[in-house]
This record gives sequence, structure tokens and C-alpha cells, in this order.
Amino acid sequence: MATEHSRTAARLMVSPAVILLFLWMIVPLAMTVYFSFLRYNLLNPGMESWAGFSNYTYFLKQAAFWDALWNTLTLVVGVLIITVVGGIALALLLDQPFFGQGIVRVMVIAPFFVMPTVSALVWKNMFMNPVNGMFAHIAKFFGLQPFDFLSHAPLASIIVIVAWSWLPFATLILLTALQSLDREQMEAAEMDGANWINRFIYLTLPHLTRSITVVILIQTIFLLSVFAEILVTTNGGPGTASTNLPYLVYAQSLLNFDVGGGSAGGIIAVILANIVAIFLMRMIGKNLEA
Amino acid sequence: MGQITLSSVTKVFGDVTVIPPLDLTINDGEFVVFVGPSGCGKSTLLRLIAGLEDTSSGKILIDGQDATDAAPAKRGLAMVFQSYALYPHMSVRKNIAFPLKMAGASVEEQNRKVENAARILNLSSYLERRPGQLSGGQRQRVAIGRAIVREPAAFLFDEPLSNLDAALRVTMRQEISELHQNLKTTMIYVTHDQVEAMTMADKIVVLNAGRIEQVGSPLELYRNPQNLFVAGFIGSPKMNFITGAEAAKHDCATLGVRPEHLDVVEGGPWQGVVGIAEHLGSDTFLRVHVEGIGDLTVRVSGEMGLHHGDRVSLAPQAGKLYRFDANGKAIA
Amino acid sequence: MSRKVSATRKGIVTAAAWAVGFLIFFPILWIIILGFKSEGDAIKAPLAVLTSAWTLDSYHEVQERSNYALHFWNSVILSVGSTLVALAIAIPAAWAMAFVPGKRTKDLLMWMLSTKMMPAVGVLVPMYLMFRDFGLLDSRIGLVGVLTMINLPIVIWMLYTYFKEIPGEILEAARMDGAGLKAEILYILTPMAVPGIASTLLLNIILAWNEAFWTLQLTTSQAAPLTQFIASYSSPEGLFYAKLSAASTMAIAPILILGWFSQKQLVRGLTFGAVK
Repeated sequence: MATEHSRTAARLMVSPAVILLFLWMIVPLAMTVYFSFLRYNLLNPGMESWAGFSNYTYFLKQAAFWDALWNTLTLVVGVLIITVVGGIALALLLDQPFFGQGIVRVMVIAPFFVMPTVSALVWKNMFMNPVNGMFAHIAKFFGLQPFDFLSHAPLASIIVIVAWSWLPFATLILLTALQSLDREQMEAAEMDGANWINRFIYLTLPHLTRSITVVILIQTIFLLSVFAEILVTTNGGPGTASTNLPYLVYAQSLLNFDVGGGSAGGIIAVILANIVAIFLMRMIGKNLEA
Repeated sequence: MGQITLSSVTKVFGDVTVIPPLDLTINDGEFVVFVGPSGCGKSTLLRLIAGLEDTSSGKILIDGQDATDAAPAKRGLAMVFQSYALYPHMSVRKNIAFPLKMAGASVEEQNRKVENAARILNLSSYLERRPGQLSGGQRQRVAIGRAIVREPAAFLFDEPLSNLDAALRVTMRQEISELHQNLKTTMIYVTHDQVEAMTMADKIVVLNAGRIEQVGSPLELYRNPQNLFVAGFIGSPKMNFITGAEAAKHDCATLGVRPEHLDVVEGGPWQGVVGIAEHLGSDTFLRVHVEGIGDLTVRVSGEMGLHHGDRVSLAPQAGKLYRFDANGKAIA
Repeated sequence: MSRKVSATRKGIVTAAAWAVGFLIFFPILWIIILGFKSEGDAIKAPLAVLTSAWTLDSYHEVQERSNYALHFWNSVILSVGSTLVALAIAIPAAWAMAFVPGKRTKDLLMWMLSTKMMPAVGVLVPMYLMFRDFGLLDSRIGLVGVLTMINLPIVIWMLYTYFKEIPGEILEAARMDGAGLKAEILYILTPMAVPGIASTLLLNIILAWNEAFWTLQLTTSQAAPLTQFIASYSSPEGLFYAKLSAASTMAIAPILILGWFSQKQLVRGLTFGAVK
């Protein structure tokens, strides 16, 4: 609904953003694809040669890849379960009337604003350290042997750290959704004789479905590329026990200087992310229409 | 001056033709109302005249000048929107002054014209308020004020009263009519409400599916509707339409008779039973079920004490029957 | 119609909510406390920590030893800079898509969003090599560019959803009143959208401030923001709890405060307007 004049203006106004985003998307990606077919090591510059699919076969065949894939999935699913279940519980709790709502809300949201390197280091040193960490102190207080979380349960520890960062996000979104739940609907259900469990299952949960999906999909995008938390806590170890796909690609290309292999890994990561993205786009696209 | 001529104007969105070729002349100083059901293209037509939409083909002349491709601001028209479209971050004074500011008028001139408009519209004591602090009717007046100060060739109104409550609508209707009497500027007014059309217009343009069904003064349309659509649209309550055997008796496909042209008399030709009686005080509207014809709406005096289940006989007033052929065209 | 909630119930909910809130907030509270302790006290058992003496020594030491000011300044430049550049590109684009929508506007929006789905590791190698070859490694200008592009889709989306709430009729009224495109955007759209633009600005500063993939990969010292500065405490300095806490507190405090102001917009921004 507009005139030719304003449409021309609109095209002009939108083009810088489109051109920049297009270049941003296509140039590095094309280069990655190109590198992934080269034998290319940063230690031997000028020795690049065509490698065909050997980078891919090499990358896919190494045991580390399957470990990394498994770790990536475990990390994503683990954090999702904790944050969604915890988020629903917290949202239900915080939706009740109580004293000091504002302050509690602020406390609950806070971890989301803590930069990943800080949260990882704080958990690693102040809480999970087997000598001076808070958990070690508590274990000792009860006469137990302190547990070295990051050595013996590295992935689980990272899941806890990441979940702590994302729990506020899930809570905040679900709480916002809960607050838009029609009170009259609830009262009508109460008049109809539904107890609180029924009300939760038949009214609250369906009302939250859309928000839960949004939480899951958006978190998945971010969780697939968790990096800083691993870099500063375990460096992917011990062995490959806490190496995820992004960390593996990083290690391959910038620690082992194998540009070809790293690029092949990067492309594989892109393909995996796209499978998830397709679901996300459909979801958000649908919400756009609603 | 404010003569507007549309010649063979069309509007196509994608492959939907909203306005098929349309010709219309609006004379200087006329109050013209575009009326029709929602989706009939009346608002689109107004937006074409305003320049907020491009015509797909055809020409728009304003005072003889070709304005088809002119920007909205260059057409010398002012528009009052359905939502009033006041600038919420500006005071009433700044809202009204905005077109003057855009035209580069001096501050003194702005103030003089704003205060003049405010006096005409009874807004003088609200000039420093924000639109959010005003009532619906006051906002409406600010929107009109913003239009007045431009001293436009014509005013365009896009359903300006539809967001007001019934009582206020009547008042504002009268105020706009009065404004037209005072300014004598061309006004084009879009509405779906035939009562607004009848009460305000010098000339009504009845639109249906983008086509002009009929153009004429309110009483012309009331007395001589050219087709079924206009007959059904103009007049309240709606004209009764009778088809089948009764219509065939009068050599037509559809027989029309207005509720106010039916009398309750002894020994009338149509016998029926009262279904619903709506007593408004001044009038009573009866819904009468007539055997072999169907339900007819009848307007009788407010004092008539008829009720559900009463048997009545009806007679149409002489010369007040409308006859339409199978294509819906009026038979003279 | 709200009902009276029984006092006991409200009491129980209050206790539970405060307990959970405190537990979640505790790690942050703890580093704030540890930052004001001496190294020797900071590694003691929790109760002993609380009863030990308070001191500002760690803050002084962090300032002197690791050039905190430089990294703080880098964080400010990178986050504010990239957000302002993104806004400058996004305001016209969002105006166009919100008020002159075409058949492909929705596809365009979805496509912009899809660039956000690209995992960073997928382009790590070429980005690194390009930065190296253009001499942009450890430069602020290069990183401002990267952060701008990362957040541009979110900025456009947020502005788009805010602009959508401004009735098109108001802009049309301005057009009828003789306002050109520039006047329309300057006098009408921007003032009306100030709250939306402000919250977009706020949220994106937060996101850029905490971005910890490219800032870690592409900087080492001169252009390093606080994310990298803290990462350098990974070992062995991480064992100096008091200093790490002081540094961490200084790294998160500004954004924590900004973040609390933008709670509402956070939901909207991060869900691309799907949840309001």
C-alpha cells in the first residue's frame, strides 16, 4: 500500500543492510567451502594443493569428531532440559503474589548478563575447584572427600555452568508468557471444577507451548556454538571428554594450523546448524503470521 | 478553488482490480460523500485522490492541473484520517502548526493561523495539551484543525467519525456540516454509514466493488435508485424486496417497497402476522410475516400499539413501488 | 478481579521465591564479596570468608597489573560502536520494511534472521585469515565490524517490531502535511520510536559486551575487551580468587546494571518479537 515513489525510497533504504548481510554471509562461507577442499596448513604456507574430499573423510573418521558430536548433543539437550523444566517451575513460582517480587526477579535474571568467560571462571575456581572451591569446603564440612568436578565430570560441569547462564532467559520468557494468560479463563476453569493440576495441564501448559518452543529453538542456536566456557575451563579435556564441535574446529584450525581440516569441520557444523535452523525459521515464521 | 476530476482512473493490486475504469467530477465547493459497504474501494479511491496510492492508469486533475503523479504534499489537499493520526509526541499547537512548519511559514504566521483554527474549533484552551490527554471528539477537532490551517483546495475525510460513540457522532456530523457552510471548500467524505451520507452530502457517490453505482443528491438517490444495490443501501430501515409471484404480478423480477411506504389498513392486499415490534417511541418498526411473500419491515407511528402475534393487513402507498428487472436495474 | 491470597500462602511463596532467587544469584554475590577480601582470606571456608576483614587491595592490584582501564574502554568502544553502526544501517531498513512492505518483505526478514543461524565456527578460518591478511587482528575497527554484522539482524528485527506498532496513518498524515522523507523520519518516526530505539540500543550493547567467540579469537591485547581480559585469568592467575573476583566484578557490573533496566525488552529482542 504505497506509491511508486515511496517504494523506490524503500528499496534504497533497505539495500545497505541487505548488501552488507549478503556479503557477510556469502564471502567467508564460500572461502570456507574452498579451503575445505584444499590441503592447507598454516605452518607450510604456499604449499596448498587440491585435496578433494579427503579433509571431510579425515574429519569425519577421527574418533574426536564422533566424541565432539556426542558432546555437542549432550550439552544442548542437557542444558535444554534443565532450563526448560527449571524455567517453568521458576516462572510458576514467580508468577504468584509475594513480597519483594521486583528484587527477586532482578536476582533471578542476573546470571544472563554475566559474560561467558566470567561465569566459566567463577564456577571453575570459586565453586568447582577441588581444593578451595565452595563445593570442596562444603564436602569437607560434612566430612566427605572433595570431588574434582572438571576432571571427573567435565561435560556435566560445563552443562551446569551453561544452564546457570541460560536459566534466567527461559524463566523470563516463560514468566512473560504466563503473565499474558487470561485470568478469566483460569476462573472459568475453576468454576468448571478443574483443580490446579488440571488447570496446569489443560490451560497453562498449552498456553506456554509457543513460548517453550521459542525458548528451545533460540537456546539451541546459541548452545550449538558454546565455546568460551569450554576454552577457559577444560580446554576440551581431559582427552576429548568435553570437546564440542566448535571447539574441535577451533583446535584443528588454529591450534593444529590445519586450515583444510578445520574448514571441513566448519562446513559440517554449518550443515548441522542449518537442520536446526530450518525448524526455527518455520516456527518464527508462523508466529509472524499469527 | 477545488475542482477534482477523475478520468478512467483504475487501481490494480497484484491481479486484483480494486477500481475498474472510473470517471467522476467533483465541483468546487461541493460536499461529496463516497458511500458503500466495506471493501467497495471507497477508501482506496480517496487515497488515490490524496496521492497516498498510485493510480494504475487514468488521470486525476485538480483544478485542471494534472496531479496524477504529484506527491501528496504537492496536491494542496488536506486529509482527516479515521484514527485522526495525530502526532502523539507533539502538543495540540504543534500538531496543528506542523503543515505550516513544513511549508516554511514564519512563527508569527503559524501562531496566528493555529489560534484562528483553534477558535473556530473550540480548542483554544487545549493548545498546550498532548493528544493523549484529549477526548475522542477533541482529537477529531485537532485533526480537522490541522487540515484547516493548510487552506487546502479540498478536504478529504476517511471515515472520521467511526471511532466516536453514537451521541458524539451526531454532534461532530453537524459540526463538519457547519464547517462546510462557513468555509465553502470542497469536501470529500468517505463513510460506510448511509445516514452520514444522507445528512451531510450535497452529492452522494454510491460505490460497490470499485464501480460507481449511482451519483446524485441524497433525495434523488432516495427517490429514484437506479438499481437494487442503491435501493437497498440508501434508506433506513432497508427497503423490502419481494420476488416471485408477487413481483411477476407487477411485471418485474424484484419489487421494492420502503418500510415507510407501507400502511397498516383494513382490507389491504397483503395479510400477515406481526413477528417483532420495536417500539422506539417516535416510530414503531414491525417485522410482519406475510403469507406467500415473506417478512416485510413496516414503519408505523410510535403510538401504534401492535404486538407479537397480531394479525394486520398492509397496503403500499400509491406510486411508491419500485420495480427492478432480472439484472437489478430499475424499470422506469 | 484479584482475590485475597491467604497470608500463609503468601508467606510460603515469599520464602520459596527468595530462597531460589538467592541461590541463583549467589555466585554473583560471592564474587562481589570475595573481591573485597585479601587473597589469604578468599580461599578460606565460606563462613571464615564472611567474618574476615574487608579490603580494597585486590581492586588496586587489578588496576595496576593488568590495565583494566584499557580493556574496559575497549569493551565500551566495541559494544557501543558496533551498536551505533548497526542502528544507522538498521533504522532506514526497518522503516522501509515496516511502512512500505512488499511481497518479499517477510522473506527478506526471515533471510536476515537466517544469517544469525550460521555457526561462527563455520567461518572461523576465513575470518581469521582475512583479519590476518588485512592486518586487522587485535584491532578495534575490525571487531566493531564483526560485532555490527553479528547483531545487525537482531537490531533490524527489534526496530521492525517497534516500528510496526506505529500506525502508518500518522506517517501518511505527515506526508499529506507536506513532510518529505527526511522530515517524516526525523520529526515523526524517530521521536515516536524513541523508546523502541533506546531499548534496541540497550539490548545490543549487552549482547556485544558479552560476545565471547570473535572477541576471543580475533584479539589478544591491544583491542581486547573484558571477555578476553577475564579469559587471561584462566590460569594460573585464576587461583588468586580475590583478584579474579575483583576483575570479574568490574567486568560484569556495568552490564548488569544496564541489563536490569532492559528486562522487558530482553524478552522481545531475543525472541525476535515472538514473545512480548
